[in-house]
Amino acid sequence: MPPLTAQKPHPSGDNRFKLLDRAITKHQSRGDALIEVLHAAQGIFGYLENDLLIYIARALKLPLSRVYGVATFYHFFTLKPKGKHVFVLCTGTACYVKGASKIQHALEQCCKTTFGETTPDNKISLVSARCVGSCGLAPVAVLDDGVAGKLSPENAVERVRAWQQQSDEVTA
Amino acid sequence: MTVEDLQELAGHEQQRQQQFMHRIYYCSAAGCISCGSQAIRETLKKSLHENNLAAQCEVIGTGCMGLCGEGPLVKVDPDGTLYQRVDEATAQRIVDEHLVQGKPVADHVVDTSHPFFAAQCKIVLEHCGRMDAERIEDYIAGDGYTALAKVVTEMQPGDVVEEVRKSGLRGRGGAGYPTGLKWGIVRKVKSDVKYVVCNADEGDPGAFMDRSVLEGDPHRILEGMAIAGYAVGAQQGFIYIRAEYPLAIERLKIAIKQAERLGLLGNRIFESQFNFRIDLRIGAGAFVCGEETALLRSIEGRRGRPRPRPPYPSERGLWGMPTLLNNVETYANIAPILNRGSAWFASIGTPKSSGTKVFALAGEIRNTGLIEVPMGIPLRTIVFDIGGGTPEGTDFKAAQTGGPSGGCIPKEHLDVPVDYESLGALGSIMGSGGLIVMNSSSRMVDVAKYFMDFCRDESCGKCIPCRVGTVHIHDLLDKISKGKATRDDLGLLEELCVMVKETSLCGLGQSAPNPVLSTLRFFRHEYEELLTTAETFVPSESDHDTSSHA
Repeated sequence: MPPLTAQKPHPSGDNRFKLLDRAITKHQSRGDALIEVLHAAQGIFGYLENDLLIYIARALKLPLSRVYGVATFYHFFTLKPKGKHVFVLCTGTACYVKGASKIQHALEQCCKTTFGETTPDNKISLVSARCVGSCGLAPVAVLDDGVAGKLSPENAVERVRAWQQQSDEVTA
Repeated sequence: MTVEDLQELAGHEQQRQQQFMHRIYYCSAAGCISCGSQAIRETLKKSLHENNLAAQCEVIGTGCMGLCGEGPLVKVDPDGTLYQRVDEATAQRIVDEHLVQGKPVADHVVDTSHPFFAAQCKIVLEHCGRMDAERIEDYIAGDGYTALAKVVTEMQPGDVVEEVRKSGLRGRGGAGYPTGLKWGIVRKVKSDVKYVVCNADEGDPGAFMDRSVLEGDPHRILEGMAIAGYAVGAQQGFIYIRAEYPLAIERLKIAIKQAERLGLLGNRIFESQFNFRIDLRIGAGAFVCGEETALLRSIEGRRGRPRPRPPYPSERGLWGMPTLLNNVETYANIAPILNRGSAWFASIGTPKSSGTKVFALAGEIRNTGLIEVPMGIPLRTIVFDIGGGTPEGTDFKAAQTGGPSGGCIPKEHLDVPVDYESLGALGSIMGSGGLIVMNSSSRMVDVAKYFMDFCRDESCGKCIPCRVGTVHIHDLLDKISKGKATRDDLGLLEELCVMVKETSLCGLGQSAPNPVLSTLRFFRHEYEELLTTAETFVPSESDHDTSSHA
C-alpha cells in the first residue's frame, strides 16, 4: 500500500484507514466492488475527501477518473463534510403534495442557508432526499438517524432550533 | 437439508407457536418504527412480565400491516384484533384489558370489515404483518421454501419456466413484460455462467411497495430468486437495493445468513446438483439505476449509465453474461405460483393482466398505506372504498400513477380498470405501484414541473434529448407557472415533449414527458389560463382560440 497517509496524516489518526483496508480486503481489492468500498469509506470517514479517493483508486487498481466519476455520479456520496446534525427532508411526490416545499422555505430561513449546504458553523446540514419510502407519514424527514413524520413548517423549525441551542451549550 | 428436514422444522415451529395463548404482533416496518413501535414492544413485554403472562404470550415484530397512516399498529391473535395509533399507554391497556380481562380496548380497535381490508386480495403481502421477518422458522412454518423444494426435487427447469409462463405473470416493475417469456429466453441462451438479479432500486418517489415486501417477508424474495436460478441455469444471484432502505438491507442480510445456515442457499440445495448464492449490492442514490442496463453497470461498480438495447440483458448482461432481471414484486409471486399452480394464479385478475398488484396509497387520501388488489379493479374502488376518499373538505382532482414516468388520471376516468393496457391508454402507466391522490390545491402545471425537476436532476447525461430536453421542458413549465409564457411556448413545450419521448436512449427519458403530456391532455385549461395575453404570431392558434372561447 503506498504510504499516502504518511504524506498527509489525517487529523484524526490512521486507525480509520485500517478499517477501510479491512473493507477492501473483504472484497479482495476487486475493482467492481468500488461502490461497496466507497460506501464503507463514507461510513468510516463521513465524507469522501480527495486523498481518500486517491487511496481507494490505488488500492483497487483503478484509474482515479473512474473513482472520482463514480463518487460524483451517485447522490449518496458526498465530497464535502456534513454538519454535526443532518436534516434530510423528503421531497417525494406524497411529501410534495402534502406541502414539503413550505417546510423547505421555513428551514432555509431558519438556518440562513439553502438545501444541499451546511451552515457556516458546521452545525446543521440541510439535505433533500427524493423519497425515503415512508409516504404514509408525509411530509417526512430523517433527522440524524430517526424518521420523523407528519411534519409542519413550525415543528420542523422547532427541531432545528433545538439543535442550534444544543450545540451552543456544548461549545459553551 | 432434505425435504423431510424442512417438513420437520415446519412442524416444530407450528407446535411452538400453538403453545402460546396469544401472539401479539407489532408493526416493525420503517413507517411504524418512526412512530415509536420499538417503545411499544418494550411496554408490551414489561407489562406481560408484570402480569405473569410472559410465558403464554409471544411478542413479534412483523413487516408492514398496511394502514401506515394510522400507525403504530398492533395485532392480537388468535382473535385477530387490530389496534391503531397505539402509544405506550395503549400498549399497557391492551395487556391489562384485552389479555387479562378479555375486553378489547374499543377506542383503538380498527374495523377490519372496512373495505380497506375486505376489498384486498393478498398474495405478495400474505405474510407481511403475520410473521417475524427476522426468523426463518416463522417463514418455514407458513409453507416457506416448499416451492423451492418441489422445484428442485421434482421438476425439470423447462417445466418451471412453462409453469410461470402459463400463470400469465407480467413484470411488476412497471413495463409488464411477460415473466415466463423472459425466463425462457435466458434459459435458452447457452452459457456456463448466468446471473439472476433482483431490482430493488425502488426509486419512484411515492412508492414503498418493495421496501415493505423486503422488510416484511425477505425469504419470499430469496426463494423466488433461487427458483429462477434453477429454471434458467444460474448459480449466482444479486439483489440491488437502495441505500435509503437501511432496515430492508439489514433484514435481507439476516435472511441470507439464515438461509445459508440451513442449506437453503449455497451448494447442493436439497441434496441436488443445484447450487445458488445470493449477494447484496447496495445502490448509492441514482434514479436511473432502476433502468435495467444502468442497474447492471452499477452492480459492476461503475457509473449507472444505460446502454442501447439490443443486446438485451437476457443475452448479454452482467459482465457480458446472460442475466435474468426481475423486480421484487415479480419474485414475490413465484413461490405461490409454483405451490398453488399457474391455473390458480391466472384465475385472479384479468385475462391479459393476471394476479394482483401492490399499491402504495399516499397523498391527499384518508387511508394511506400499502394495499394489494386484484388486477382489473376500478381505480374508483381503490381511491374511494379502500382509500376512503380524500380528507374532509377537499375534493378529488387526480390520481397519479407510475411516478415521474406516469401520468395523472382525472375524475372522469376514475372507472378505468387498473391493468397495464387500460392505464397505458390513458397516457399513464401501471408503474411500480405508487398511487398518489391530489386534491384541488395541487396546480397541475406545478405537478408537471415537480416531476420534470426530478427527471432533470436524475438524467444521467448520456443522451442529448434527455439531458438537454428535460432542462428546457422544465424551464418552459417554470415560465408557464409564473405567467410569463405565451401560446408559442405551449406549442414548443408539446413539440419538445414528443421529441424527448421518441428519441431518448432509455426508459427514463422516454417516459419523462409523460407527466406533462398527461396533464396537458386532461387539464389543458390550467395551462392556458396561465398564458399571457401578449401578442404573438402563431399560425395554428385559431383552433385553440375557438375552443377556449366556447
